[in-house]
Amino acid sequence: MSLNKELVQHIATLARLQLEEDDFDDVVVKLSSIVDFFDQLQQIPTDNVEPMAHPLHQAQRLHPDVVTEINERDAIQTNSSTVQDGFYLVPKVIE
Amino acid sequence: MVGQQQALHTQTLAELAKGLLNAEFSSYELVECLLSRIEEHDSSLNAFISVMAEQALTDAAASDKARAKGEVGLLGGLPIVHKDIFCTKGILTTCGSRMLENFISPYDASVVEQLSSAGAVILGKTNMDEFAMGSSNETSYFGPVRNPWDIERTPGGSSGGSAAAVAARLVPVATGTDTGGSIRQPAALTNTVGLKPTYGRVSRYGMIAFASSLDQAGVITRTAEDAAMLLTAMAGFDERDSTSVDHPVPDYVESLTRPLQGLRIGIIQQHFDSGLDEKCASRVKDALNVLEQQGASLIEIDLPNLDLSVPTYYVVATAECSSNLSRFDGVRFGYRADDAKDLLDLYCRSRGNGFGVEVKRRIMTGTYVLSAGYYDAYYLKAQKVRQLISQDFKNAFEKVDVIAGPTTPTPAFPLGDKMDNPITMYLNDIYTIGVNLAGLPGISVPCGFVDDLPVGLQIIGPHFAEETILACAHQYQQYTNWHQRCPEGYE
Repeated sequence: MSLNKELVQHIATLARLQLEEDDFDDVVVKLSSIVDFFDQLQQIPTDNVEPMAHPLHQAQRLHPDVVTEINERDAIQTNSSTVQDGFYLVPKVIE
Repeated sequence: MVGQQQALHTQTLAELAKGLLNAEFSSYELVECLLSRIEEHDSSLNAFISVMAEQALTDAAASDKARAKGEVGLLGGLPIVHKDIFCTKGILTTCGSRMLENFISPYDASVVEQLSSAGAVILGKTNMDEFAMGSSNETSYFGPVRNPWDIERTPGGSSGGSAAAVAARLVPVATGTDTGGSIRQPAALTNTVGLKPTYGRVSRYGMIAFASSLDQAGVITRTAEDAAMLLTAMAGFDERDSTSVDHPVPDYVESLTRPLQGLRIGIIQQHFDSGLDEKCASRVKDALNVLEQQGASLIEIDLPNLDLSVPTYYVVATAECSSNLSRFDGVRFGYRADDAKDLLDLYCRSRGNGFGVEVKRRIMTGTYVLSAGYYDAYYLKAQKVRQLISQDFKNAFEKVDVIAGPTTPTPAFPLGDKMDNPITMYLNDIYTIGVNLAGLPGISVPCGFVDDLPVGLQIIGPHFAEETILACAHQYQQYTNWHQRCPEGYE
């Protein structure tokens, strides 16, 4: 297997995902099978190939630097259960 | 009136448009008829996450009034359903996830806005694989959709709810999205037409992102003509989508009459060599013969890197998904875990509980291929192989006008069959994902049955050749009647 429990825990932390202890072995096995499946790409010679970032090879379009968004804070914040005075509440981050 | 109403659900969008124009029935009567069908059949199909009965009747009545005054759009009073990945203002938009179980969007997706402003009436939002990540609709938090051709089988995914609803004649047309085959594969498995336009042809604004360089909005219908009608209303430049393409929008219905005479159709031998069910292969070959008999020529072509498209796709798609789904933090919207001990705990538990198994698997896969020490080996490598696959298509289109072949390796498989092995599930996308990697348009059209289950023919075109593939599919439907077959119990 290409991945072990320690590496999977590291990936989960990077991805900000809590995994249940009971699920861990299964996650390790399945993620390893996917990574092993990807390994066939290593056999392909790609020395002078440009990586492809956009299907139509387009450059990112720019727009004039003007404000186009309207202020919809109240409407947007109705989707959060923890809002006070227009602010989002999170657990304390500064002691 | 009653006699006519009973037949309304069997009509195509084009037929319904004529009926409304000739005042044979009202939009209100049409919507009422379809809502009663949804009520009758959806408890067994589970194709819908939300049904907006009251709003739809109000909108239909308003459309009838507007029509009486002569103020009617291209799709005036015609019913549609949207995949629940499209944001709809003031209406629940779940993306098939617990994470967005209670999410009410503050705005409409561009696709929704365009179709509504053309006059379409929204009947509901359809079930889907969670965040469009799945090929069987089984990853939905709201339970799997069932295939009206056999309710023990999958309708395909991720736009499975849209496909099942159209196949069961609950609605004539539906929107969908296609990142690796999510429109074409369910269309093939349900005897419907599924159109995935060129990357950038239809706006992605307000369409909840899975893999931004692959995602494209499209439609599921019963005829290529209906797909052409909808695409004419949906396509076009949108400044709110940074990868939208400013390319003229033709009237796609007008070009449907282009004859098959002289059309050069590329056939990929690898498509028939391995993995393809023999009976499916035979249906697809029959379809190619029909096209040839009507004047098209079949030319063998080679896509040497085709076999690499599945691993390449799953590196690129998971990398982009891990980035896109980082916005779900449990703070501003979406599921929030209770009693977090600190901010990290809030993030980890909100995401751990809010996302399902397959979504977490893909986020982790993407995080791994983008992480320090592995980026070059996986992500950069996949982007290079993507270039090779794309170049193969480009070379092929120097010799042919379209490429045709199977949409899926098998007909609809039983629910539960592939859920325990992600690789087996991913390989189901073998014929469809090359199209997304190269940003091409593709359409799946019904081409026969294997053991009473539908089979799809896929037609692929070069960038912005929607007119060609729609005309080819439309002409095929003039010489065949597979698409008119209706699953038993839904006539």
